[in-house]
Amino acid sequence: MKLHAGIAILVVALVIFSGYAALFIAPDEATMHEVQRIFYFHVASWTAMFIAFSVALIANISYLRTRRPKWDWLGVSGAEVGVICCTVGLVTGPLWAKPVWGIWWTWDARLTTTFLLWLLYISYLLLRGLIEDPARRATLSAVFGIFAFLDVPLVYVSNRLWRTQHPQPVVFGGPNAGLDATMAKVLMISIVAIVAVTILLLAQRYRLERLRHELDELRFAVEERATAAEVQRATAPITTPDYSKGRV
Amino acid sequence: MSVLDGTMDGALEQDSRGASSHSRSAAGARPAANDSAHAIEASPAGGLGISFEKIEKRFGALVALRGVTLAISAGEFVALLGPNGAGKTTLLRIAAQLMMPTSGRVVFASPDANGEPPKLRIAMVGHSTLLYDQLTAAENLRLFAKLYGFEDVDTRTAGALDSCGLGSRAGSIVRTFSRGMRQRLSIARALLTAPRLLLLDEPAAGLDRQGLAWLSEMLARLRGDGATVLMSTHARNESLDLATRAVSLANGRVERDSGMGGDPRSLLAELRAEA
Amino acid sequence: MTTARAAAILLGKELRLEFRTRELLNTTIIFALIVVVLFSFAFDPTPAESRHYGPGLLWIAFLFAGALMLQPSFAREQLNDTLDALRMAPVKPFAILLGKMLANFIFLAITEAILVPVFAVLYNVSLYGIIGRLIFVLAFGTAGLVITGTVFAAISGHARMRELLLPILLLPVLAPLMIAAVEATSSLFADQPALDSVWASFLAGFDVVFFTASWLLSDYLVEE
Repeated sequence: MKLHAGIAILVVALVIFSGYAALFIAPDEATMHEVQRIFYFHVASWTAMFIAFSVALIANISYLRTRRPKWDWLGVSGAEVGVICCTVGLVTGPLWAKPVWGIWWTWDARLTTTFLLWLLYISYLLLRGLIEDPARRATLSAVFGIFAFLDVPLVYVSNRLWRTQHPQPVVFGGPNAGLDATMAKVLMISIVAIVAVTILLLAQRYRLERLRHELDELRFAVEERATAAEVQRATAPITTPDYSKGRV
Repeated sequence: MSVLDGTMDGALEQDSRGASSHSRSAAGARPAANDSAHAIEASPAGGLGISFEKIEKRFGALVALRGVTLAISAGEFVALLGPNGAGKTTLLRIAAQLMMPTSGRVVFASPDANGEPPKLRIAMVGHSTLLYDQLTAAENLRLFAKLYGFEDVDTRTAGALDSCGLGSRAGSIVRTFSRGMRQRLSIARALLTAPRLLLLDEPAAGLDRQGLAWLSEMLARLRGDGATVLMSTHARNESLDLATRAVSLANGRVERDSGMGGDPRSLLAELRAEA
Repeated sequence: MTTARAAAILLGKELRLEFRTRELLNTTIIFALIVVVLFSFAFDPTPAESRHYGPGLLWIAFLFAGALMLQPSFAREQLNDTLDALRMAPVKPFAILLGKMLANFIFLAITEAILVPVFAVLYNVSLYGIIGRLIFVLAFGTAGLVITGTVFAAISGHARMRELLLPILLLPVLAPLMIAAVEATSSLFADQPALDSVWASFLAGFDVVFFTASWLLSDYLVEE
């Protein structure tokens, strides 16, 4: 417990520090000025999203191979946390783009792929919500998760090809291109902080799922005891049929 | 692994089901003749034994089976009794390999190389008819005959239809059939493949007297060929006269078992009172 | 029994079932037709605009029609639990899926064979000289659609709200397919019709990826 609390405090401190760094330590950007500072969290959230969805994919594959419930818990955790990071990215992006480039959104390859990624994992969560049986839910959502993941590179490639033929304004061009040294450092801190938060969230979500499962098991055990006691009282002994007692 | 004998002779004698059948040693592999799909005989050369070892099945928080252990020898005709919700259907579906148990395992006797029986040898009559409503009776049977790899599809289909009394309705689509006719066709579909383990889930439901008589006749013939039959029922019907053993389930467990070589009639007699 | 032979038997069963009632075909064709017609009300395009936007319209119509008919097609196996009968038969799970995929492909192909000429007539778009290449693009695009769609129908078949869930699962995943198919069709409708090899290869690649994935994961899709 102490370890968990300690880690959580550390992560919070890291986030606060990275926020401070982004707002005050990082130098002012030449053209975009203050608005640009959102970039530190924007990029960090993409990194975190990538990690979360990768965890989800590994969990999906592992579940199908081993059928151990813990992979299912990890899969849903990765998907949910990934969707959160993706949402953060999709929201901070337009907030940044509008004042700087004058448009909220553009359908370039990266943005479109990200939006589609968001849709795919939302569908994954929707699917899970609509299947009752836990084993079936785990299996089918794992299969869908794998298909969704396979689709992502195809989405990206198709969008790149498409946009070379039909160009759209490209925003957020290469954030790491020619980055000032201090900015790069602040970016690293932001990434580490946000990824740390993400991993913490993942762990907590996994723990929640595990606890839910344990709760169900406990309920089940209690009911089993009750049923067994009832059955004991009501029925004849298992091995010797004794017809003199009449029917049950 | 429990000792389940796979090489029963064609004629299953009443007295060969002595208490010693448990200890009869496995006489080795099945005759190879039936391994190739094309060589399936009209009458199977013997039954398939099945052993349930500590079978548990849960559907989330709902428990259907709580540790069922039951060994059925080749050639036995087991009546599976018990109230609704006792787990009979679940047990049969697990035997049919339609679902995997949550824990425990099912072992079949006379397996082929990897310990798994070819699905060629198991057939089931379930709660649903497992028929395509928009296909004719003949088309339904032909489909399954082809899927199971039989070459003599036409003769087999015609034979099955005549046997269950639906020969004149071979060309009618199943949607036009009455409940009893569909049930007969469903049973015919299961028998079509000359199974060595026949699983029946309340097969008498919907059958009229003629249908019931036909069912008894078919089951008697199967039994004569040495096939294993596992039939669940919660009402009395004449096919139960063929039963060599009765097992009752309650709350997902085996409650009573007349045992291999035992006398099922007393357990079955109680059934009459319940029905 | 090889997978191919089992799939062929099952395909025969599907075709026999469908051509007896034609209910799936009829509804799919009419639906696609309605989408094509509504387009003219929504946009009132000139012939030039029709050539420009036609590919998009056609593929939207086919995608939506496909997304709607795939679930009922799978539901046929759930009606009397005939899927259980197939699972008990000595056929590989993939054979069951493959039979369905082939059947769905044929049904959609028939729909397209009717709708494309109708579209050409209604919007005065000439198909002269491009029919062969158009069929090629339609085939590869439809293949991707039915491969993925049949798999997802098997998934959503176990869920509630399945008729609505399938399009939600399917359409985002098919976005790259749609882009490729529309682009390939557009380059055929252009002044100098040409089969765009990049997009055609992409379509083929998409089909291969998802066909392989469904083959590898078929056991999980068909189990209880």
